[in-house]
Amino acid sequence: MSGIPHDHYEPKTNGEKWLNSRLPIVGLLYDTLMIPTPKNLNWWWIWGIVLAFCLALQIVTGIVLVMHYTPHVDLAFASIEHIMRNVNGGYMLRYIHMNGASLFFVAVYIHIFRGLFYGSYKAPREITWIIGMLIYLMMMGTAFMGYVLPWGQMSFWGATVITGLFGAIPFVGEAIQTWLLGGPAVDNATLNRFFSLHYLLPFVIAALVIVHIWAFHTTGNNNPTGVDVRKGSKAEAEKDTLPFWPYFVIKDLFALAVILVVFWAIVGYMPNYLGHPDNYIEANPLVTPAHIVPEWYFLPFYAILRAFTGEVWVVQFASFITGGIIDAKFFGVLAMFGAILAMALAPWLDTSTVRSGKYRPMFKWWFYLLIIDFFALMWLGAMPAEEPYATFSLIASAYWFAYFFVILPILGVIEKPLALPETIEEDFNAHYGKADADATPAE
Amino acid sequence: MSHAEDHEGTRRDFLYYVAGGAGVVATGAAVWPLVNQMNPSADVQALSSIRQDVSGVEPGTQLTVKWLGKPVFIRHRTGAEIQEAQGQDAEGLDALPDPLARNFNLNADAPATDANRVMPSPEGEAPGAWIVQMGVCTHLGCVPLGDAGDFGGWFCPCHGSHYDLSGRIRKGPAPENLPIPPVEWVDATTIKLG
Repeated sequence: MSGIPHDHYEPKTNGEKWLNSRLPIVGLLYDTLMIPTPKNLNWWWIWGIVLAFCLALQIVTGIVLVMHYTPHVDLAFASIEHIMRNVNGGYMLRYIHMNGASLFFVAVYIHIFRGLFYGSYKAPREITWIIGMLIYLMMMGTAFMGYVLPWGQMSFWGATVITGLFGAIPFVGEAIQTWLLGGPAVDNATLNRFFSLHYLLPFVIAALVIVHIWAFHTTGNNNPTGVDVRKGSKAEAEKDTLPFWPYFVIKDLFALAVILVVFWAIVGYMPNYLGHPDNYIEANPLVTPAHIVPEWYFLPFYAILRAFTGEVWVVQFASFITGGIIDAKFFGVLAMFGAILAMALAPWLDTSTVRSGKYRPMFKWWFYLLIIDFFALMWLGAMPAEEPYATFSLIASAYWFAYFFVILPILGVIEKPLALPETIEEDFNAHYGKADADATPAE
Repeated sequence: MSHAEDHEGTRRDFLYYVAGGAGVVATGAAVWPLVNQMNPSADVQALSSIRQDVSGVEPGTQLTVKWLGKPVFIRHRTGAEIQEAQGQDAEGLDALPDPLARNFNLNADAPATDANRVMPSPEGEAPGAWIVQMGVCTHLGCVPLGDAGDFGGWFCPCHGSHYDLSGRIRKGPAPENLPIPPVEWVDATTIKLG
């Protein structure tokens, strides 16, 4: 499967041979697990395992929660309280599932920004990147629909606002919105279909994760230098790589254990810290909460959605040249999805031939500014829609787009990158000292 | 590949087209019910029409009723509010982001004057005493708060849209005035929606 030369599985016993000639599944698993992995991977590379863990955690806790949940507008809220008060260990299962979503998004954001810094999106890993973006979109859809299920005030009004985004599409918007909701407003039909899709999408994500892994196992992992693994011969490749099992699995599991200490502390001692008290009030279609705030992981893009009001000249210009088809509302929606599309297009917008940000003296600073921008947007998304936050949101949104559509294309042309190490082995030895082939570890 | 270079239509080409076409039609026929089931069901579609007694709605107060799953604001305006609303009219249509009345009971191109937004008053009441509108912000569908905002009318807390005393959008991201549903007086104290 991999382009990196390495040992393949050889069936030895008669039983293994019998199975292998009928279904080469052991070989497939072996090659996947033993994939040669650049030996200089740093700690930013552990989040893939964390993400896989989160997906499994959410599916397992989700399946058992469904055993006690009722997707009906009259019963949903009560069934959540039933889980919290009556079901054995139900409060714990629900708190794990709630906070598991947050851990999932912490991990995916770090994973994405790691890719953006080390140029993991660049050729030949564009497909891995695009699949990753699809997974991220599906995660957002799943998380959004899951948040509607408890049928609290934030559930209901979050659903109203977000499905309202589709109503902003010119001409067909209202028909699409009605179709999505199954009626003129968020109601029982909406809750039922969101429940169905919330159960389905994680399995679609699981399938996409397999494709994601397949894609980067074909190209090989990126690494902190961005330098390719030497593929001339098996001996050469072995100087740059180590098999995934056991070296990286153990490292990743250690990191996961550390992360889980923090996670369990949150689940155990502050399980509602990341939630909103309003969601413990049952949904009421006649009263909007004073301040509708999405979950923290949507805030940066929510800030972009809100930033483009009718007073902004870009919006007025877009409205003018399209004869009013693109109004402020639709512009905001386009900006929000455009912000994610911009990330997805990074492989084609970045003109630099050097992958890793480590060797790009100018890029580095723009990238750090992007990180600050992301947190600024997250903060602004939680603030009320008034000055000075509106202006800040506009500036922060502008930088997000400028980074992808202006800075990435220009930097590749004007920047003089630093010298890259010849090989991954050279980089590894510079960090950890030359491995002495003759010396065996004393222990 | 030989038939690909054969530019004359053959029986085999014909069969490809027929089979392919039948496959597309069959797929479409199979997918459409799966898509259509998500549209509003018959009970939801059954256009409900409700009657609301408004005899208890004192001037200066507002009644919110649920109609088609959405809130409807029934506002009984005081004399001072009527005057203020008509005063806002004097600023002219140019001051309005949305110059249309959005009143289901009038033509679609009716201008957004206060007179075009209010209900005809029942006998014995000043013109403009009653205004009935959907309590759904035209931005993203939140319920605006009454007696709030920079223009004395409604204010949407979600994204900061300000509506005036006639329910017209004045400031903020909402693109349109609050829509006015099909509404009429059944008798002096009862309103029919829908």
